[in-house]
Amino acid sequence: MGEMSWSGRQGVTVPAAARAMSDPGAVGRFGTYGGRYVPESLIPACHEIEAAFREAWSDPEFRSRLDTLLTVYAGRPTPLTPAWRLSHELGITLFLKREDLAHTGSHKINNVIGQALLAHRMGKERLLAETGAGQHGVATATAAALLGLKATVFMGERDIERQELNVVRMNVLGAEVVPVTTGSRTLKDACNEAMRHWVSSVDDSYYCIGSVLGPHPYPWMVREFQRVIGEEARAQCAAELPVGVPDYVVACVGGGSNAAGTFAGFVDTTARLIGVEAEGGAAATFGRVGVLHGVRSLVLQDEDGQVTEAHSVAAGLDYPGIGPEHAHLRDGGRARYETVNDEEVVQALLCLARTEGILAALESSHAVAWVIRAAKSGEIAPGSTVMLTLSGRGDKDIASIKELL
Amino acid sequence: MTDSLEEFLIARRGTGRPLLVPYVTAGVTPGWTDVVHAYADAGADAVELGFPFSDPMLDGVTIQEASDRAIAAGTTVRGILEEVATLDVDVPLIAMTYSNLVVQQSAAEFCAALTASGLRGLIVPDSPLEEVGELADAAAAEGLDLVLLAAPSSSRARLREITERSRGFVYAVTRMGTTGERGEIPEQAARLGRELKELTDRPVLFGFGVSNQAQAAELAGHADGVVVASALMRKLLDGARPRELGEYVASIRRALGQGVR
Ligand SMILES: Cc1ncc(COP(=O)(O)O)c(C=O)c1O
Repeated sequence: MGEMSWSGRQGVTVPAAARAMSDPGAVGRFGTYGGRYVPESLIPACHEIEAAFREAWSDPEFRSRLDTLLTVYAGRPTPLTPAWRLSHELGITLFLKREDLAHTGSHKINNVIGQALLAHRMGKERLLAETGAGQHGVATATAAALLGLKATVFMGERDIERQELNVVRMNVLGAEVVPVTTGSRTLKDACNEAMRHWVSSVDDSYYCIGSVLGPHPYPWMVREFQRVIGEEARAQCAAELPVGVPDYVVACVGGGSNAAGTFAGFVDTTARLIGVEAEGGAAATFGRVGVLHGVRSLVLQDEDGQVTEAHSVAAGLDYPGIGPEHAHLRDGGRARYETVNDEEVVQALLCLARTEGILAALESSHAVAWVIRAAKSGEIAPGSTVMLTLSGRGDKDIASIKELL
Repeated sequence: MTDSLEEFLIARRGTGRPLLVPYVTAGVTPGWTDVVHAYADAGADAVELGFPFSDPMLDGVTIQEASDRAIAAGTTVRGILEEVATLDVDVPLIAMTYSNLVVQQSAAEFCAALTASGLRGLIVPDSPLEEVGELADAAAAEGLDLVLLAAPSSSRARLREITERSRGFVYAVTRMGTTGERGEIPEQAARLGRELKELTDRPVLFGFGVSNQAQAAELAGHADGVVVASALMRKLLDGARPRELGEYVASIRRALGQGVR
């Protein structure tokens, strides 16, 4: 909706490459980032998925099936909630886009229903997924159950320990959870194992990547499946706000899918786009150009090019890279990336819980933490309007929070 | 005058001998360069050196373990190149690594550093045709042969382009999977070898899961030779000495045949 009016405003067609957050073309490039750095064995699969996605995305029947499932199954549209008491405390107007209220408790379901429908359409029998916090794994297990597919989820041993609840959920949903015991035993190693498994089972398995990462077409496709967050929020803001657009649009960034989907709805407005990373996993701030998991982007690495381990209280942000489109948005200055530390995050989680009665995920609490800090420091001017995507709910984090208190 | 990797391999093949390229992860043990010498003395036609990377997505557990060990021991690209420069072997050396180590500097700088230390070939398994352009140009400018991989899933059109753009040899991947020892050779390997041989005169070598002498001999029958990696690295990780690894390579050499001297 917003997109159409933008390109059609003066009756001119803007070339796809020149438009922000549009189709990255056959090469899958966002500026110099993106691409398809996978073994030859996987190239035919990437081409096949790209072709299937292009076809499905322009097929009204596919779109309508997806919309229906997002509505009657996943609970969309999610509300835009004014954070009354916290707004008052901070002297700003804060709205929360409530992805925590989507089925399975986070935005991950938007992407997974889209990809599972695609896999089903392609005749695949099994979904493969990596997971960190377990939210993407749970969403994948859920969509697999919904569509009658099998699911195999790779999860680092360390994450299995700290996100035990989600492991049980996946098992109950009928998914097989494969512990990954190599490397740092977190999300990056789960991605490695999922890719290795994909190479050997590519005929009947579909790799359902959980963020705007991996080889083309994944970063673009996942952003498109998450675009629903931004488009809904855009329309909701237009209805709620006198000026129609918020001054700030804020989301947390692990790989960057909830942020990409959110930004896609606002990239052609005057809103300032802010992605918030965990200090110990801040590829947009501390990363250098590299190639990880099939994509050229910004990567946390040592001076020899060995990828370093990310550290965050939030398992879902423990990833040493960032989606290629975010790297591009950063370079062009269209989006800004900030970091917050674990301590600020836990305080923000408590603050939101106690002022609004909303228990946010530790991941989402990163976005809240930045808004609190920036409003208090005056970086966000008093009276500003802020739209924050609350990517998920905190039930899964209760055990960790208990230890941190 | 040194031959290019490709010229060298074609000359060796011309003697009627199947080609044998054993692999070692650089830095996996303090004495890894002795392994290179042992391979060369045992009848290798070239030696592949793995430059370890933290996230080797195309490698199975054995090479992952070797890579982790090498990185934990402080192995760096610069360090490897310094050691390679001191090696005195009469067969070409080929670097094998992942894109992330290549993009640490410009493609031209990376290739120049490899040739300066005496390497003659480069394999980057996560740099397919789509992404290989700049690297291929830089390698060509340096006289470094950039070896491309062909897979059982590659279309005929891709195989044609791979055989045209690969230098040194064409690396035929025996199976859809990672590196690592396997029980048997999949049928698709023979078909891939046959197709590649139809498309090119460049040497075609099989790699991935070549686990013993019999498999090496069987695969060499479908192409020009084999790369043997995990089977050797498993022995090394289990404590085999360079001399024992050399003996194993010699046994594969015997299984393949020597060609006419
Ligand atoms: C609730 C929640 N938010 C955010 C993320 C981070 O992912 P992304 O940056 O792709 O949105 C995760 C990942 O697990 C998550 O579970």
